[in-house]
Amino acid sequence: MRCRGTFLSGFSACILLAIALYTPLVNSSSAALRVASKTFPESYILAEITSQLLESHGFKVERKTGLGGTLIAYEALQNGSIDIYPEYTGTLSQAVLRQPNMTRAQLSSALASRNLNLEVLLGFNNSYAIAISREIAQGRNIELISDLAQHPDLVFGFSLEFLNRGDGWPVLKSAYQLPQHASGIEHALAYRAIESGKLDVTDAYTTDGELDAYDLRLLEDDRSFFPGYEAVLLTRNDLPEAAAVVLHSLHDSIDEPTMRSLNRRLADENLEPREVASQFLRTSGLVDGPATVAFTGTAQRIANYTLVHLKLTLSALFLACLVAIPLALSLARYSGISRSLLYVTGLIQTVPALALLALLIPLVGLGEAPAIIALFLYSLLPIVRNTLTGIFNVDPLLKEVAAGMGLTPAQQLWKVEVPLAVPTILAGVKTAAIISIGTATLAAFVGAGGLGEPIITGLTLNDHRLILEGAIPAALLAIVVELLFEGIERASIPAHLRV
Amino acid sequence: MVPMSVLSFESVGKRYVDTFALDKVSLKFAAGSITAIIGRSGCGKSSLLKICNGLVVPDSGSVEVFGAPLDYSNLPVLRRRMGYAVQRTGLFPHLNARANIIMLAVLEAWDEEAIELRLQELLQLTQLQKEQLDKFPHQLSGGQQQRVGLCRAMMLRPEILLLDEPFAAIDPITRIDIHRQFLALHKAEPTTAVLVTHDMREAMRLADHIIVMEQGRVIYSKTTAALKQDSPEQDPDELLQSLLVEAVQ
Repeated sequence: MRCRGTFLSGFSACILLAIALYTPLVNSSSAALRVASKTFPESYILAEITSQLLESHGFKVERKTGLGGTLIAYEALQNGSIDIYPEYTGTLSQAVLRQPNMTRAQLSSALASRNLNLEVLLGFNNSYAIAISREIAQGRNIELISDLAQHPDLVFGFSLEFLNRGDGWPVLKSAYQLPQHASGIEHALAYRAIESGKLDVTDAYTTDGELDAYDLRLLEDDRSFFPGYEAVLLTRNDLPEAAAVVLHSLHDSIDEPTMRSLNRRLADENLEPREVASQFLRTSGLVDGPATVAFTGTAQRIANYTLVHLKLTLSALFLACLVAIPLALSLARYSGISRSLLYVTGLIQTVPALALLALLIPLVGLGEAPAIIALFLYSLLPIVRNTLTGIFNVDPLLKEVAAGMGLTPAQQLWKVEVPLAVPTILAGVKTAAIISIGTATLAAFVGAGGLGEPIITGLTLNDHRLILEGAIPAALLAIVVELLFEGIERASIPAHLRV
Repeated sequence: MVPMSVLSFESVGKRYVDTFALDKVSLKFAAGSITAIIGRSGCGKSSLLKICNGLVVPDSGSVEVFGAPLDYSNLPVLRRRMGYAVQRTGLFPHLNARANIIMLAVLEAWDEEAIELRLQELLQLTQLQKEQLDKFPHQLSGGQQQRVGLCRAMMLRPEILLLDEPFAAIDPITRIDIHRQFLALHKAEPTTAVLVTHDMREAMRLADHIIVMEQGRVIYSKTTAALKQDSPEQDPDELLQSLLVEAVQ
């Protein structure tokens, strides 16, 4: 069976490649402190300040920046996938613990009982605020949030987190009795939407450095709706004592104007978080000596992203083949069961990737595991569907002849049905591979890295070069995989049987 | 001497929803003979053939194969003693002609020498060229495909050969060649052959015994010799027509 032989050898080549990719990356994180951030610039800067301060005291630091949301970061900290990340008291009490109006002492003890620690208060308050373009604010004389009620025609667009969180839009809407409806928009895109006139009102942070750049003004919270959002470093209780001491030097080290200017420098001067952080640490005297930020070359960086990306995709694809093909083959004879299998895999496909990742974090932690599991689940449908279709579409006459000439059911499957289904199965694996390459960019939200990391960071920091650093290799990768599969098809399937 | 029967039907019935595919059919196929089963489409002749190798299970009656009731729990083994060739050849498109022909022998773990020897025999009997063996089915002509299909069915030297209109889709000139080769093959290796066809000329040219079926029933069963004696000069197609008309009356 030339067909099957080549198919299997291609398959084992994939396994070897996946293993080869996996080995060098496994032990890269031994005993390093893992510092995380969420997906907004301030969080990147604070994580970078924390990381560099620790590094200047000789600690090994692994950065897990760009985690896709509060719950992902918080869960990751709780189950030990990360050690430190910058957070805000208001977010913790409202969105995480769901107990608004906690005092800081209550919050501290509530977190302590969860083995978490918020002793380091950075010194500024980054409350939620409502931003509106200065032009509209002045034109319509809007100064207070309550003034918005008089202007029901204004278009509201909020970040998804603000739109849905317990202390966000739903409660704000009823507290101020606002008549408008709001839609969701990625925070990094909201200001540009306001600038282009497609949006009038969005959520913002009081330390937002871009407010001035986009000529936005913050509306006064005249009913004191927004609670305090004091910036803290949230850590695990098992953080090494020496590291905790170092972190303490950040206590009260950043006031609001400082933070706003750090944010503005990031946005306006086209600096990277590590540069802003490095300058801050030196001007404030927290770190002595010249900047020692290690700059990785662009090519090296892209190569690393690409390798991680490939590893995530191939591992998931390999596992999916391992599960989906045998499953579909063994169930193909039972049309009812195989149809339910299609429904189930189709159902998985409808779960949004970020939601699936968030669901997986409490179970398997942060990093590659949830990313690979999610990609694995998404790969099931195309592979299962094509395997079943491939088997179902075998000419009934050939099935009858195979049975009639005396092949056992297993021989009918392996000698006739599977070889004839291979082209269709292979096409399914190819589809899964290409979808995975695209979806794997979301892995960066759970700290798994890959080409999504520059894309998400670039989106957050409004840095087109970074976005392209991820997007171009991802597109190229998809093309290469397409060509690779075409090669496998050409080598393993006689021309007249190719799909 | 009455020839021993390796295949017999006793009052076999098969119903599909509201039509009888087979209505209490009793038949004995003499060992080493060629029996043609002829009739219109849907007369039950294909069902009858598939009941022989267990592809269709009858609702009533009994089928005896090789002197014992057909054992449905042991079909693959029984089927390998019955060659099977069908219309449109049923050759596996992913395998070349050689792999199609020797598939069962490989599964039966014959040694290479035995396979090669048997292959030579079959090529000679069917006058198939050795070069054709490396081709995929779609690269062969219709006649070549049929010969490959015949070789595949005969590979294991079966005692019974079941043929489901295998020569239907071939042009008349090639068909005469293949008929000749089939007869040569049968003379060299006299299996008990059951040939389902709707072509009376073919039936009379190939078969020792002719059975005409209509609406699931056997309406005529005689040796070809007797048939020719009864109506010596009649055109075969007209002969079949008159047999069917007689049955209605």
